[in-house]
Amino acid sequence: MNQMAIAALKNQYKSFVQSMFDEGVLDNQFSQLQDLQDSSNPNFVDEVITLFCNDAERIITEMNRYLNYQNVDFSKLDSHVHQLKGSSSSIGAHRLKLACVNLRQASYERNKEECVEAFNSIRHEYCLLRSKFQFLMQIERRIVALENNQQ
Amino acid sequence: MTALVVDDNMVNRTIHHQLLDNLGIENVAVGNGKEAVDIHCSGKAFDLILMDMDMPIMNGIEATRKLREMGIRSMIAGVSTRSMEQEIREFIEAGLDDYQEKPLTVSKLISIIRKIN
Repeated sequence: MNQMAIAALKNQYKSFVQSMFDEGVLDNQFSQLQDLQDSSNPNFVDEVITLFCNDAERIITEMNRYLNYQNVDFSKLDSHVHQLKGSSSSIGAHRLKLACVNLRQASYERNKEECVEAFNSIRHEYCLLRSKFQFLMQIERRIVALENNQQ
Repeated sequence: MTALVVDDNMVNRTIHHQLLDNLGIENVAVGNGKEAVDIHCSGKAFDLILMDMDMPIMNGIEATRKLREMGIRSMIAGVSTRSMEQEIREFIEAGLDDYQEKPLTVSKLISIIRKIN
């Protein structure tokens, strides 16, 4: 019974990841990340996703703070967007990375209104990504729990 | 073979550390250029240094320059999200042996390692 449940969950995991690729939420870099996970490091993807989300939330909070000032420090804002773009790119968060590119452009043009619009897009993409990652990690943890029960 | 990962972003440090681990390369990760210089001052040496460009305290350009001034002959590969020639020229001229645009993948890392061999 457990074998069937594990197989079903693995299929569900695979289908859900594929849907994230199809929607452009993830790109091939996420596959590279999955390939790094093995028996010696079975929680690698979970660990990286957790690190990424903690870091992204910190950065988004900081960006929100800078954008709420009357005089925006575009240089500091850009520095934060650069960080988020970098880690989004490394984890394969494609749409979030593109949203960061847009905010960098608006920041470069020193256009506060466009920066706010681009920032809202970043927030939206991050929330979407986070909820999908949470679902994915729930499936993975159930697989691991069932596999551990079998041993 | 040993490697030093220099990157202020913890997600990147974790990924680069695992990439190297999976290739059987013993490695250490630090968070900025100054820590990279300090670890060399403590007597440690590495065959390969993966150097990010934009870091606080001491960036990759300054760190690369400083390491070369110290006589460090390790392979230093710049790894950054920058792609424009003028952005990376200064980095290369500081003393890089190679430059790869992030995200770092297994194939990019292997191409760096081949240059050492």
